[in-house]
Amino acid sequence: MTHSTTQPARHGLAPAFHSENPLARPNSAISEGTWTQRILIGVALLYLLGFLLLPLIAVFAEALRNGWETYRQALLDPDALAAIRLTLLAAGIAVPLNLVFGLAAAWAITKFEFRGKSLLVSLIDLPFSVSPVVAGVIYILIFGRHGWAGPWLDEHDIKIVFALPGIVLATVFVTFPFIARELIPLMQEQGMDYEQASLSLGANGWQTFWRVTLPSIKWGLLYGVLLCTARAMGEFGAVSVVSGHIRGQTNTMPLHVEILYNEYQFAGAFAVASLLALFALITLALKSYLEWRHGDELSAIRRH
Amino acid sequence: MNIQIRDISKQFGSFRALDRIDLDIASGELIALLGPSGSGKTTLLRMIAGLEFPDHGRILFGDQDIALRPIRERRVGFVFQHYALFKHMTVFENVAFGLRVRGRKQRPSEHEIRRKVLELIELVQLSGLESRYPSQLSGGQRQRVALARALAIDPRVLLLDEPFGALDAKVRKELRRWLRELHTRTGYTTIFVTHDQEEALELADRVVIMNRGAIEQVGSVDQVYQHPATPFVFDFLGGANVIEAQVRERCVMHGETEIARLPDGSQASGAVDVYVRPGDLRIAEAHQAGIDVVVTGVQRTGPLVRAAAALAGTGQILSIELPHLHHDVPRFVTNERLRLRLMQFSVYPRAVKASPSTTIAAPMLIGRERSRSRLG
Repeated sequence: MTHSTTQPARHGLAPAFHSENPLARPNSAISEGTWTQRILIGVALLYLLGFLLLPLIAVFAEALRNGWETYRQALLDPDALAAIRLTLLAAGIAVPLNLVFGLAAAWAITKFEFRGKSLLVSLIDLPFSVSPVVAGVIYILIFGRHGWAGPWLDEHDIKIVFALPGIVLATVFVTFPFIARELIPLMQEQGMDYEQASLSLGANGWQTFWRVTLPSIKWGLLYGVLLCTARAMGEFGAVSVVSGHIRGQTNTMPLHVEILYNEYQFAGAFAVASLLALFALITLALKSYLEWRHGDELSAIRRH
Repeated sequence: MNIQIRDISKQFGSFRALDRIDLDIASGELIALLGPSGSGKTTLLRMIAGLEFPDHGRILFGDQDIALRPIRERRVGFVFQHYALFKHMTVFENVAFGLRVRGRKQRPSEHEIRRKVLELIELVQLSGLESRYPSQLSGGQRQRVALARALAIDPRVLLLDEPFGALDAKVRKELRRWLRELHTRTGYTTIFVTHDQEEALELADRVVIMNRGAIEQVGSVDQVYQHPATPFVFDFLGGANVIEAQVRERCVMHGETEIARLPDGSQASGAVDVYVRPGDLRIAEAHQAGIDVVVTGVQRTGPLVRAAAALAGTGQILSIELPHLHHDVPRFVTNERLRLRLMQFSVYPRAVKASPSTTIAAPMLIGRERSRSRLG
């Protein structure tokens, strides 16, 4: 038995199942009957097909229903372009902010002991558990015309709500956990040894961060940035509350899709929606690539 | 670099990790901090490195007190238990790290760095592997990269935390011998932490045996093994059978039997614990002093034969070890009555609280059986 598994090719008599994963043997103790297997796989596939793949295909099909030219027109509409620009701008500000603060939070949590640490960890998760609408309303409550800081902001002619700053704030709030959540388990697993080794060799704090810490978490960080970006571009609820839906000015892509849809401009709605879906697909592809290429370094995340 | 540790204490919450430690380490010495887990040995090492700071006390490198200086100012070579090699750097870059991060003024030229790194890689016998990544190396090779990296900064003291802990038995033995040679060749003052007594005894010039945040004994390998200062040290180095006895006029009595005799001049009397190693028990001649036992089991484990025997009277089980070719071995048969001689033993006053009548003052005394020569 051991002989045939170690040199199956030379002897040419090793039964096929010997060289395969032992769990996949036909009579393995944990395998189900053939029919049970097929039914389970079938159900799972049907479910995925019906609830995930079909809608995705439908989006692209609807978008291109009236031909390529209509599609192009819908995307080149000034309002649509403004929405795309605003979405990219908001994500472009929110993601770097979360990158810095997520990194700082993960660093603080994993490398230091302090009072209130568990409170901080729970706070990081807050955006996951609070409805985005609530987040939006909170910002209105604080920065709105009748909010706490409203009069002061009015006096100094600073616009936050119904303008880019509000949209960025709402996006930051909703996407805050993504990067910190990616990094915490990764940095926890790596512990302090690398940093301590670096310091013992005479490096200062900055050198340690740039040469040791950052390279060892870069793939996890990139993964977090990716998820964060996807969410930042797709965020609807919180942004909807603070944006004010001013067409061409404070409409992001998801909001623009909704407005067009409500006005029965399906072609336009689906065209913009398809673009959002495309962003999502690209993110997914990049994410899969990262997992495939740097699975070892990311495995800490998946385990937690 | 002479290192003097003066009155160091450290508290973690309610746990006293180190309790008023004093220790002198001479330049060029190879010292082992030995003790069970929780004994404070790693805390002491990390404190010398600057990874922990004492609540109280001084650590002198030469005549400079560095107890509160950060690690990067101490110039210590620290080898971590799991090596902490930078995974994204090659062997070469790992070793070069300590040179590259130096300030512009002290940084050697690229050519100089290259020369020094290659020299170190050769010293740790890894020539040809300098462009490998740590994940492509075996455990023993990683260990040596970590060592080369630590040596690159020309450390004032080399500190190793459980240096062989993560290696398998064979590699461990080779590396131990190699490290000893390296030390002889380079002469760095070296301190390493281990819980493995064999490792400490084989490698170190002097051994510091720690227990519960305090130093139990400091001495050469021979000193701590032959003259253990405390019952803890005796037990920790090689295990011990503990027999309760009374000392009357230099006779060690177990019940009414004389089991051994103390050397001339010993002051011991009263209730004592006799500590004897499993390997120091042999069959006695009929007229010799010794303990009467009944053999309860015999087991061969390679070069050693281990036997268990019940003490006559109390039934306490003693363990005995013999080399497998020893002429006593055939007589160790289950249920056989034997008298065992204590070839070498220590007596300590019985735990003070249990018998306040004891008259021996600590530190205690070591007895050595000499009946053979006396009978000539």
